[in-house]
Amino acid sequence: MAPSKKRNVNSRNTSENVSKAAKLDLEGIVDRILESRKHANDIFDVLESLQSEKERDVVSAVDACCRLFSTLLERKELFVGKLPAEDEALSGESSAEDKCRIFMGHRYNACVEILLEHLNHEQFAVKESALCCLMKFAAGQVQHPLEDLEWSEHHSFPRGIILAVVENLTSKTTDNTLLISRFQEFLEMDDVRYYVMSALRESVGKVMEKNKGTLLPVYQNNVFTLMSSISMPSQQSELTNFMVKLEGKPEDWRAAKLNNHKRAFEKMWLGFLKYKLPSNMYKKLLVILHDSILPHMSKPALMIDFLTAAYEVGGAISLLALNGLFVLIHQHNLDYPDFYKKLYNLLEPTVFHVKYRARFFHLANLFLSSSHLPLYLVAAFTKRLARLALTAPPTGLLIVLPFIYNLIRRHPSCRVLLHKPSTEDEPVEDPYLMDEEDPAQCRALESSLWEIKTLQKHYHPDVAKAAMMINTPLSEQEEDISELLELTTYELMERDLKKPQDKKSIPLEFETATQLLKGGGDVLAHHFCLVSDE
Amino acid sequence: MGKAPKKRSLADKVRKTKTNAAIKNNPFEVKINRKKFEVLGRKTKHDVGLPGVSRSKAINKRKETLLKEYKQKNKASKFVDRRLGEYDAKIAPEDKILQRFALERQRIHEKKDMYNLNEEEELTHYGQSLAEMEKFNDMVNSDDESEEKGLLSAELTASHFGGGGGGGLLRKKTSGEQQQEDGNQRAKSRQELIEELIHKSKQEKRERQVQKEEAQELTEKLDQEWKSIQALMVKKTAKAEHTDKPEEKPKLDEYDMMVRELGFEMKAQPSEKMKTPEELAKEEKEKLQKLEADRLRRMIGEEEETKAQSQTCMSADDLNDGFILDKHDRKTLAYQDGKWNIEEEEREAVEDEEGETGESGEEQESDKEEGEEEEEEEEEEASSEEEEDGQSDLESEQESEAEEKNLRDEGKPKKTLSKEEMKAHQQAAKAELPYTFAAPESYEDLKDLLCGHTPENQRLIVARTQKCNHPSLAVGNKLKLQKLFGFLLEYIGELALRTSPELTAVDKLLPELYALCQMFPEAAAAAVQLVLADAAHSMEEQIEVRGHAPFPTLDSLIYLKLTALLFPTSDFRHPVTTPALLYISLALTKCPVRSLQDATAGLLLCCLAVEYVSFSKRFLPELINFLTGSLHLAVRDKTSLGYTVVPPFRPAGKCSDLLVLSDPESCRSWRKKPLPLSATRCLELKSDLDRDHHRLTCLSVCLDLVKRCCLLYNDLPSFSHVFQPVGSLLSKHLSIQTLPEALQELHREIMDAISSAPTTHRHLVFNKKKPIPLKLLTPKIVEVLDYGKKRGCTREEREKERLKHKYKKEFKGALREIRKDSRFLAREKLNEVMNRDAERKRKVKELFGSLATQEGEWKALKKRKRK
Repeated sequence: MAPSKKRNVNSRNTSENVSKAAKLDLEGIVDRILESRKHANDIFDVLESLQSEKERDVVSAVDACCRLFSTLLERKELFVGKLPAEDEALSGESSAEDKCRIFMGHRYNACVEILLEHLNHEQFAVKESALCCLMKFAAGQVQHPLEDLEWSEHHSFPRGIILAVVENLTSKTTDNTLLISRFQEFLEMDDVRYYVMSALRESVGKVMEKNKGTLLPVYQNNVFTLMSSISMPSQQSELTNFMVKLEGKPEDWRAAKLNNHKRAFEKMWLGFLKYKLPSNMYKKLLVILHDSILPHMSKPALMIDFLTAAYEVGGAISLLALNGLFVLIHQHNLDYPDFYKKLYNLLEPTVFHVKYRARFFHLANLFLSSSHLPLYLVAAFTKRLARLALTAPPTGLLIVLPFIYNLIRRHPSCRVLLHKPSTEDEPVEDPYLMDEEDPAQCRALESSLWEIKTLQKHYHPDVAKAAMMINTPLSEQEEDISELLELTTYELMERDLKKPQDKKSIPLEFETATQLLKGGGDVLAHHFCLVSDE
Repeated sequence: MGKAPKKRSLADKVRKTKTNAAIKNNPFEVKINRKKFEVLGRKTKHDVGLPGVSRSKAINKRKETLLKEYKQKNKASKFVDRRLGEYDAKIAPEDKILQRFALERQRIHEKKDMYNLNEEEELTHYGQSLAEMEKFNDMVNSDDESEEKGLLSAELTASHFGGGGGGGLLRKKTSGEQQQEDGNQRAKSRQELIEELIHKSKQEKRERQVQKEEAQELTEKLDQEWKSIQALMVKKTAKAEHTDKPEEKPKLDEYDMMVRELGFEMKAQPSEKMKTPEELAKEEKEKLQKLEADRLRRMIGEEEETKAQSQTCMSADDLNDGFILDKHDRKTLAYQDGKWNIEEEEREAVEDEEGETGESGEEQESDKEEGEEEEEEEEEEASSEEEEDGQSDLESEQESEAEEKNLRDEGKPKKTLSKEEMKAHQQAAKAELPYTFAAPESYEDLKDLLCGHTPENQRLIVARTQKCNHPSLAVGNKLKLQKLFGFLLEYIGELALRTSPELTAVDKLLPELYALCQMFPEAAAAAVQLVLADAAHSMEEQIEVRGHAPFPTLDSLIYLKLTALLFPTSDFRHPVTTPALLYISLALTKCPVRSLQDATAGLLLCCLAVEYVSFSKRFLPELINFLTGSLHLAVRDKTSLGYTVVPPFRPAGKCSDLLVLSDPESCRSWRKKPLPLSATRCLELKSDLDRDHHRLTCLSVCLDLVKRCCLLYNDLPSFSHVFQPVGSLLSKHLSIQTLPEALQELHREIMDAISSAPTTHRHLVFNKKKPIPLKLLTPKIVEVLDYGKKRGCTREEREKERLKHKYKKEFKGALREIRKDSRFLAREKLNEVMNRDAERKRKVKELFGSLATQEGEWKALKKRKRK
């Protein structure tokens, strides 16, 4: 042992050639260990290099360990059952064979511990290879369980390793997003996923209790990443990819049932959402909630509390909560009082500027598509949207103008907003009350959409054209706004830029340009100069 | 054989005797045309036909015409019976004889007077009275006559002096000249030829006479007019005479002198009349009005079909033009002269700018250089006159050039370099600046070319490059110059990005850029579009990644300004300016203000935005949002806001107090001065005071822009709602008491503008629809040109079809007629032959008969003798 140690030290200090040699060396050691038990003590060299400072060494050591212990697992040369303490066992009177197994079993445990530590290593390569190695061990343990089978009802799934891996993945200090995405490939396996879910629930509960519900951004982020990377199967028949090879009656096995999966999934999420979340995570969560969480829960209605709370928050979070609420209202019969009133109050100038504009308008379109809405409500929405359009960018305007027109088309009585001919001809002040929170009280029906008239003077030709449509009665056919939702300003620009130039030549400015700052009313020249005077 | 016609003629005779009604009633004469179907309301003309009648009519007609012609065939001369009333059946024979007698007597009586030369009869020559000619008042005629006598046409001589053979020669001539004609008209007799000849010569004579008369009349008229203006010219002619011809021919006829004078006068080339300044101004105004009308039309967004106005063609008289166009003009007119002329001017202009010191020396220098240049250009010296002309042109243009320069200089900020330095630089550069440049092939080339020159010289270089590579000089030049535009654009971007932006150079290069843009609008538009697309694309990428983007760098801002200078910003839709506006909008909505530089850049963008919409008054919501947000940055107390700020601004938080003064006292020492463009990137603000001053400047810019917007959008129906946030911010939240006087003034103006805007409006109504015309129940009348098949739908086609049909009908009819004619003729010929044969038979019979009787008699005699 001692000479080898020395050799290792030497190799560390010399150049890379030597480290390569060390790698070969490790391979040799592993070969030797596997060859005969005589060299079993060389395993300490491997474990030593596993803890080395150099990334390269560590990675090669991890590889070596991986090979070594998987082979040992296969050969069943690790101790099965409850591992006795090393000293006792070695001094005890068990057979040499057993002694050897106990010795290897202890080395195996030590190796696993080191690898778990490495999961929070600075180098990604180390983390990755450690993770792969651990999962390989888990797979090996599944096939050649280290515990006695008759005690276990779980088909001897190595829950210990999974729990440890999960706990280490969801570190409180380092951001493990990359590693978690690597871990995702193991989550493909249905039983792994199931046990990961239950492990997560346990660990989250533990950690959060310990911190008494305060925010742990890094930890919560890791947990969230891990949780959101779980993709649930939608049907029982899809549950086929198991790490454990099933024999006998798979029905008793909990991990083989979709309902159990769903329940675990639900518990995991509810356990996570119980605690306070950072606001950006709120957004991320709400974005994926409706299509990757709600459908996989056994009782989606349990999310009501969370969603209503989110809807009350206001701003972008409320916008996002809409989507989940919609699913609940639509598919799970949720009755939400004052839903439209709240929706009405969500309409702020910011809706045109936030990232989730497309989603919001898509949903708003859905909510307002009912023909049974009272007239005052539709009018209030229309008027408010028109008022907000005065601050909207052109892409927003291209959505909201057809949106308003569609509303008026669906509710022909709203036409008075565009066409109010009979009233006495004197001009009136706009009776609409922008600050009124109740759509029933805002007097929108008495008003007219002068805002759209204003937008007829908008600088962008498409917007101006769209606004021109109020000059004549609207056509019957509704416009499809879905393709406008994702339009960005750059795409709008490209429309003009990429348009093939017709042969007519391009109009030019006829006033001769003489100076940079001149022209266009001399606004620039009034406030700016080419070079500072000093 | 000869019975049938006789019979028919008998039948005709019978028919003739019968009345019309009788014939019509005779069922054997009538042929009824069967109708296939009845058409209501149509009157049929041809339901009943009278074949007998029409046939006899046709035969009679032929007898009168065709038969006569046939009889006259092959007869050269014809006997015309001119006996009085010979064929007139109406006159009784006695009367005829009486009349003939009277006529005979009369003729005899006239013949008696043949040699009686009475005054009663007028004698003529060439159709003119000899008596009148005897007066000899027609001078011209007399000398013209001699002229004309010599001019005998070849035809005449040939026919007159062709020799006795006469006919032979005539025939020869015709065969020589009119070969083809001859083939067709071989039958033309000699007499006809002579007749033709006579006719021709007479006609010629007549024409000549008419011409002569006209010329004479004109001459007379001219003479009279000359006399009327002669008096006016006396003075001038005298003077001219003195100088031109001292005393060479002292006894020149006055008339000759005048004629010659007139001749010399005519040498002056006719030219367009010089335009008075008023006219020029008017023209200019009209042109501008037209362009302005064009712009307005595009602004409304109607589909335009006019071609773009090219400003390149201008009259040579147009002196008041911008100098670029002027240059351009001259270049196309005469490039050899023009080229070096222009360069001369430009240098002159440079010198003007330097100042007027040492003018004489410079002039000499320039003269020297002139010579050199001429050598360089290998110019042939034309006449001295021309040179003089060129010189005078040059001078006048130089003057105008200088004026313009001065004008421009007034508005320009002072140069950083001192005069002496500038001069030294320029002279050094002048010494080495070549006059021809190859067009740069790549951006690097251009950079090498311009590197190390003063801005003015850079401009000169570009201008010369542009001139040396004018598209009219060589084939590939167009492409080269188009590329040059792109390179220049890139170069300007680089100038703006240097650590100390060289914006004076940009400023100087601008006219060149404009000129290039005017030359190649498509290429220029494409280049600018590319630049804008790049800028927008990078911004979009950043937005996608981070949700926001930094403010555009100075080069993008300069590009935006250039776009506004090169292309019209007021068009409803323009391939360059519309994307540019969108880019501004994108920057104003997505770029958060995090520093004073950002605020400056944002305000610069706002200035640009205001310029873009200043003419068209289009609504730009982002502009108002940004200005509100900027003012919000200056609000000290951000609790209980009565307005909402729109992203990228936030109601509160980091960087939301950017424009709040750190020390209210600092506004006392503040004075408004224009910000340098480089302030959008780096600001050297050392002390708090400097920073406060900058804040105040930003605030003043902001308020001024708000004021401009108020005026701009005054007409919008929702003006009050658009400006409600600004209004409440300014009135309730911004503490103006602490601000300088100028800002308070601006504040007051804005509040006035906002409060004075009308808040009441009429309710919206749809535009009145045009009344839909009632359904018309009167039948539509379609002209039916021919019944039956209706091929072709257009009027022209139908007309064509109709004509074709008509032609066919006519053709058939004509064919039928011709057949009938030939049948008739054949019948006549047969008749003739039969008659002849019958006659002969008869004669033979007669002879035989007489012979038989003779024989008989002789036999009887013999018998008798025997007995």
